[in-house]
Amino acid sequence: MIEVHKDNFDQEVLQADGLVVVDFWGPKCENCLALMPDFQRIAGLYADKAKFAKLDTSGNRRLAIAQKVLGLPVIAFYRGGEKIAELGPSECSAESIEAKVKELI
Amino acid sequence: MENLWDIIIVGGGPGGLAAAIYGARAKLKTLLIEKGKTGGQAATTWDMENYPGFAKGTTGPGLMQAFTDHATSFGAEIVRGEVVDIAAEEKTVTLKDGTKYHGRTLIFAPGAVPRTLGVPGEAALRGKGVSYCATCDADFFTDLDIVVLGNGDAAIEEGNHLTKFANSVTVIAIHDEGVLDAAPMLQERAFRNPKIKFIWNSTLQEIRGDGIVESVVLRNVKTNELTEMETNGVFIYVGTIPLTGFLKGKVNLDERGYIVTNEQMETNVDGVFGVGDARVTYLRQVITAAADGAVAAVAAEKYIIEEEGFKDSVLAEKRPVAVVFWTPMDSKCLEMMPSIESALSGFGNKIKTWKLDTYRNRRVAARYGVTQNPTIVFFHRGQVAARLVVTEITAAAIDDTLTPLLN
Ligand SMILES: Cc1cc2nc3c(=O)[nH]c(=O)nc-3n(C[C@H](O)[C@H](O)[C@H](O)COP(=O)(O)OP(=O)(O)OC[C@H]3O[C@@H](n4cnc5c(N)ncnc54)[C@H](O)[C@@H]3O)c2cc1C
Repeated sequence: MIEVHKDNFDQEVLQADGLVVVDFWGPKCENCLALMPDFQRIAGLYADKAKFAKLDTSGNRRLAIAQKVLGLPVIAFYRGGEKIAELGPSECSAESIEAKVKELI
Repeated sequence: MENLWDIIIVGGGPGGLAAAIYGARAKLKTLLIEKGKTGGQAATTWDMENYPGFAKGTTGPGLMQAFTDHATSFGAEIVRGEVVDIAAEEKTVTLKDGTKYHGRTLIFAPGAVPRTLGVPGEAALRGKGVSYCATCDADFFTDLDIVVLGNGDAAIEEGNHLTKFANSVTVIAIHDEGVLDAAPMLQERAFRNPKIKFIWNSTLQEIRGDGIVESVVLRNVKTNELTEMETNGVFIYVGTIPLTGFLKGKVNLDERGYIVTNEQMETNVDGVFGVGDARVTYLRQVITAAADGAVAAVAAEKYIIEEEGFKDSVLAEKRPVAVVFWTPMDSKCLEMMPSIESALSGFGNKIKTWKLDTYRNRRVAARYGVTQNPTIVFFHRGQVAARLVVTEITAAAIDDTLTPLLN
C-alpha cells in the first residue's frame, strides 16, 4: 500500500486510473489504529482491482481539510479525480469498507 | 467444550481491562472481547489528571495502553469483535461474524458513547467539523475557531485541551452567566484561559455548512432569539448513553438502559456481571470503572468455585452424595463434625462426602433452603433425596437415610 501526502496526492490519487481507496488516519486516532489491520487486509484482497493508499493527516492537515476531512477515521473512494464515496467516523468498519469496495469495483 | 472460558468480558475500556487483570492474575481463563481498540472512552481524552498515582505524565491513551499490557502480561486473551447477542443463562456470547464463545461467567463492560443532540446538520457534518472526540480530531483545528457545546466536566476539560490547538474556543453553555456544571478546578482554569469565550443561556439549534462546517445557529433559551455564528468546528459534549442495546431483555436494565447490579456487580442473572459506565452508579470515571472490574472479577471467581464446584462434585456424581453444610465459625458444628464424618466414612467408597462452608457458599446454601448449621442434604443423581437438620443428625439417622439410596 502506498502512502500519500501533500506532494503526491494529485498524482497518486486524483490523476490515477481506476478506483483509489484512501484511508485518512492520524497517530492520535485510536479508532484509526484499530481499523488499520482491517484496511491492510482488504487492500491485500482487492489489490488487483483497486489502488489502496493511506494518508497521515497529522502532517497533511491542509490537504485533509481540502478533501473535506475534519474528523477521523475516513475512508474515501476516488475515481477520475473525483471523490465518489466516503465512509465517515461513525460508518467505518471492516464490513462497511469491504462492502463499499465490492460495490465500486 | 470449545471456546469455553472461565470469564468472558465484553468491552475493553478501563472496567473490562481491570476485570481482565484480576481474572487472569487469579489464573482464570480470561477472554476479553473488544470491538475497536482497547481503552474505551478513556483513550479518547488526552488529559488524564485524576487517576491516582499519575498526577502528571500520563494521557488517556497512555494509561489505557498500560492497562492493556498489564492484562495481557497476566495471560488474559484479547480478541477483536463486536458482541451482538448473548444468552445470559447459558453464558454464551455471539459476535457479529457468528463466532460463539461460551463462559462460566460473563462480565459486561460495554461503557457508553457520546449522546448526539439530534439537531439539523449534526449527522451530515459528522467528521466534517462536528466531533465528539477532541483527542482524535483536535489537530485539524489548529489555528481555527471552534465551538464546544456543553458545560459539564467533559465539555470544559476538552475545551481547555482544544485551546492548545485552536485559535479560539467558544463554549456554548445553557446556564446563566458564570454557572457551569463542571468541577470547580476545571471551571477556574477555563475562566482564566484567554482563548476560551463563553456564550451563556444558549444551545445549538442547527449546524450549517456545505460539505464542511461553516456556521452554527444558536438559540438563546431565555429569549428564543436565534443568532448565526461562523465557526470551523463543533465539539459536542452533552452526556453519554450506555451501549447496552444487545443486553435488552437479557439482563435487568433501568429505564435509561443502564445495567442494574448489586454491590458485587451481579446482575439479576446468576454468574452475569455488569461494570463501569454502563452500570447504574454514582460516579463514572476511570477509577470507578476499574474498581467495578476488580469487584466483578473476584465475585466471578467466587461464583465459579462455588457453583461449578458444586455442579461437578455433587450434581454430576453417580454415587449418592452427602453434602454437609457447616461452618467452622459455629461451635455446634465443630463439636458435631467428627461424629458426622465418622458415620459417613462407614459407607466407604459407596458414597461421596462433600463439605460446604455455608458462610462461603451462601448462594448454594440458600438455593437448598439450608438455614441451620450443620445440615446434611443427600443428593442422588443430581436430585435432593433427603435431608437432616442439626437436631435430627445422629449416626443412626445417617445410616437410615443413606442405606435405601444405595440400592
Ligand atoms: C471526553 C471524556 C473525558 C474524560 N475524562 C476523564 C478523566 O479525566 N478522568 C476519568 O477518570 N475519567 C474520564 N472520563 C470518563 C472515563 O473515560 C469513563 O468513565 C471510563 O472510560 C468508563 O470505562 P468503561 O470500561 O466502563 O467503558 P468505556 O471506556 O466506554 O469502554 C467500553 C468499551 O467496550 C467496547 N464495547 C461496547 N460494546 C461492545 C460490544 N457489544 N462488543 C464488543 N465491545 C464493545 C467499546 O468499544 C469500548 O471500548 C472521560 C470521558 C470522556 C468521554
